[in-house]
Amino acid sequence: MSTSHQFCTFVVDDHFLGVEVEKVQEVIRFQPMTRVPLAPSTVMGLINLRGQIVTALDLRRRFGLPDRAPERRPMNVVVRSDDGAVSLLVDEIGDVVEVSDDACEQPPDTLVGPARQLIRDVYKLDQRLLLVLDTERATHVDDEARR
Amino acid sequence: MEEMDEAIVNEFLVESHENLDQLDRDFVQLEEDPQNREMLARIFRTIHTIKGTSGFLGLGKLEKVTHVGESLLSRLRDGALLLDPEITTVLLRMVDAVRQILSSIESDKNEGGGDYTSLIADLTRLQDPAARAAATAVPVAAAPATAPAVTPDASPAVAPPPSPVSTPAPQPVHAAATETAEARNAGHGVSDSSIRVDVGLLDKLMNLVGELVLARNQVLQFTTAQQSSAFTATSQRLNLITSELQESVMKTRMQPIGNVWSKFPRVVRDLSVMCGKKVRIEMEGQETEIDKTILEAIKDPLTHVVRNSVDHGIESPETRTAAGKPAEGRLFMRAFHEGGQVNIEIVDDGAGIDPEKIRAKALARGLISAEQASRLGDREIVNLVFAPGFSTAEKVTNVSGRGVGMDVVRTNIEKIGGTVDIHSKHGEGTTIRIKIPLTLAIIPALVVTAAGDRYAIPQVSLVELLRLDGEQAKRGIERIHGAPVYRLRGNLLPLVDLARELEIPTETQGEADAINIVVLSAEDRTFGLIVESINDTEEIVVRPLGNQLKGLDCFAGATIMGDGSVALILDVLGIAHRSRVITAARDRSLAEAQVASSETGDAAQAMLLLGVGGEGRIAVPLSLVARLEEFPAAAIEHTGRQAVVQYRGEILPLIDLAEQLSRGVAAPSDPVQVVVYTEDGHSVGLVVDRILDIVEERVQGRRAANRSGLLGSGVIQGRVTDLLDIRGVVQAADPSGVEEHRSAA
Repeated sequence: MSTSHQFCTFVVDDHFLGVEVEKVQEVIRFQPMTRVPLAPSTVMGLINLRGQIVTALDLRRRFGLPDRAPERRPMNVVVRSDDGAVSLLVDEIGDVVEVSDDACEQPPDTLVGPARQLIRDVYKLDQRLLLVLDTERATHVDDEARR
Repeated sequence: MEEMDEAIVNEFLVESHENLDQLDRDFVQLEEDPQNREMLARIFRTIHTIKGTSGFLGLGKLEKVTHVGESLLSRLRDGALLLDPEITTVLLRMVDAVRQILSSIESDKNEGGGDYTSLIADLTRLQDPAARAAATAVPVAAAPATAPAVTPDASPAVAPPPSPVSTPAPQPVHAAATETAEARNAGHGVSDSSIRVDVGLLDKLMNLVGELVLARNQVLQFTTAQQSSAFTATSQRLNLITSELQESVMKTRMQPIGNVWSKFPRVVRDLSVMCGKKVRIEMEGQETEIDKTILEAIKDPLTHVVRNSVDHGIESPETRTAAGKPAEGRLFMRAFHEGGQVNIEIVDDGAGIDPEKIRAKALARGLISAEQASRLGDREIVNLVFAPGFSTAEKVTNVSGRGVGMDVVRTNIEKIGGTVDIHSKHGEGTTIRIKIPLTLAIIPALVVTAAGDRYAIPQVSLVELLRLDGEQAKRGIERIHGAPVYRLRGNLLPLVDLARELEIPTETQGEADAINIVVLSAEDRTFGLIVESINDTEEIVVRPLGNQLKGLDCFAGATIMGDGSVALILDVLGIAHRSRVITAARDRSLAEAQVASSETGDAAQAMLLLGVGGEGRIAVPLSLVARLEEFPAAAIEHTGRQAVVQYRGEILPLIDLAEQLSRGVAAPSDPVQVVVYTEDGHSVGLVVDRILDIVEERVQGRRAANRSGLLGSGVIQGRVTDLLDIRGVVQAADPSGVEEHRSAA
């Protein structure tokens, strides 16, 4: 019998991404942010999550995708990392899906660019592919990415 | 005993009880894994601490027992002895003895009538494997150094005879001891009068209070819209209670450093008497508040440092007088907030550290190689005192000098994210500087606005506030080469525009009708920070920034403002460095420095001087140079017409600078001198005739360029020197596209 995993899913541009539910602290709507001058461009700002200061990273920028239209407000997927909670800004929130490990494959070698680093596994769903995000890598911003 | 400072004793008791519980666990674990050095080192340190403190408190018995125990442990730790059941048993007996003495102190305010002569003898005997072999010999004779001093008034009958167990049966032994201790404490021992709360719980409380504050603020906003007076009154009460709760919860974590320091005068007095020295202790900044966790963590390291200063640092009165110093030594302790950190300095005017002595010792102990010994500078050598297993004391004294002290100091300070640094001048004294983060510390801060965002500036850096209105706003600010300055009471105050420094795009380009300047000081320099508006002062709770933002020197952290929004805390030192108010060349006098730094455009910068094409001198800012390399002429290969060289596993294209600047071909030299320039991860080597010098000075008499590849020319070292446009040259040579280009042509 094969095991299965639950993923919290979301959309960034045309990527259908997922994070293991255990790693997600919470999902919240857009929050006012305090911008951080001189920070890496991925860092969109700091949000106050009930007294906890959380860094918000834009997954679009992390993936090197074009910015979303200004009127589209991102959602916060707050994930737990070694360094405390970090919020990932995404376009839309999807359902929690349960998928069998049978459907899992490694990303193809033809995948290049930042996505190569950030996508850990690919799950073949009926309709589309679910890309599993490596949250540790996603929340780690390289020094080179600084403005 | 009556004169004994009760606070110190109580603290000692609470702490020692905790340590002893830990010791029991450690010993049991150690039996299973007798080779565990780390565990041994920990046990050793615990006993070392108890011994040290008991020494100051005049607890003679306790000190003697722990002293021999420590010696045995130190042999175990160094691997000279191996732990076996017999040693474990004796060590556990020692722990029990310590416990017994401590409970006696707690209940009767004295060390009790216990006789530990045989325990001490056993501990001493076990240190010497030879003596152990002849275990039948009378052990007492083997302990001449310590035994004679033991309890002259001892009435041996009172003591429970130490059980001569040879099989390891630790549990029943100390369980019994604990019981007696508990029986005696049945009333209310000092260790019960306070409770220890998990810091995690305090953190949680703090966060909950934070949430409450936000909810309160929202309620207050509703209040203004509502007309009900009952509701207004209720929310006012909610307001007051919340503020008070917030304050109290914060207070649970904050303590002035004086709480720890208050013990030092006594410590120093006792210690100096014991060492036959005269020491005066001075303190400054006792009121500096530090988070409880941090204060706890620095308590022991500070004690070690103070003890070291008195024991090793300050000389005897005779030596001092002979050296022309006052007979009385001075120990100065200072604490202050600076640049988002708490600084603690412990300064003595003693003998200082002789780097040669340290060098020899480190070499003898195998801490450094002979090659390192000759290469390391004095400062690095002096900092070797922090290395594990290092001790500069010639002989092991009762006070310090077993090679744990400074090692522990550094470990403990670094554990809380701090740094410790030692400066010493042989013959003049030693300064130990400890910097610890003020994570979670509450600081008063000035809140300002720049480009629409609020920023908090730690008040410690604040000197004064200036506001230029009307005519002054237009005329008050003058410029030197584009760098703004303001004449503040006759002195030029360099100005830094916060929004511009933080690279925040601002819309308002026109003249503002008022200019707000926050005058700040950092490292003895004063500068003015231009901000949009100055809001208010607030007590803020400093929160660290996430890993993603760790590299930003301009911010010391973030904080949550009263309305729930997040504001960044400026690191004044970081801003000063970034804006080049503070430059690398610090030794210039203040006035000079201010003038120079206000002309940042032309400030001194490190330049690399190159010889290209005969007598030509070319300068390039050192900051643009990745490395300087030499390659043997034979190593140069060609792809097409492009000269390349293999460099760090990659192909490095070479550009002949003389050819590129139309100054003829570089004179053939071997080895070839190459300046490596890196942009966007691509490296290019510039071939030059000679690398002449690296100078740090202002370029005088600049003139614009009259040909490509040069930015212009100026006077450096009294000679006219061309300033290389390194980017332009590399782009013109286009080494990345060279292959196709050239082969096509």
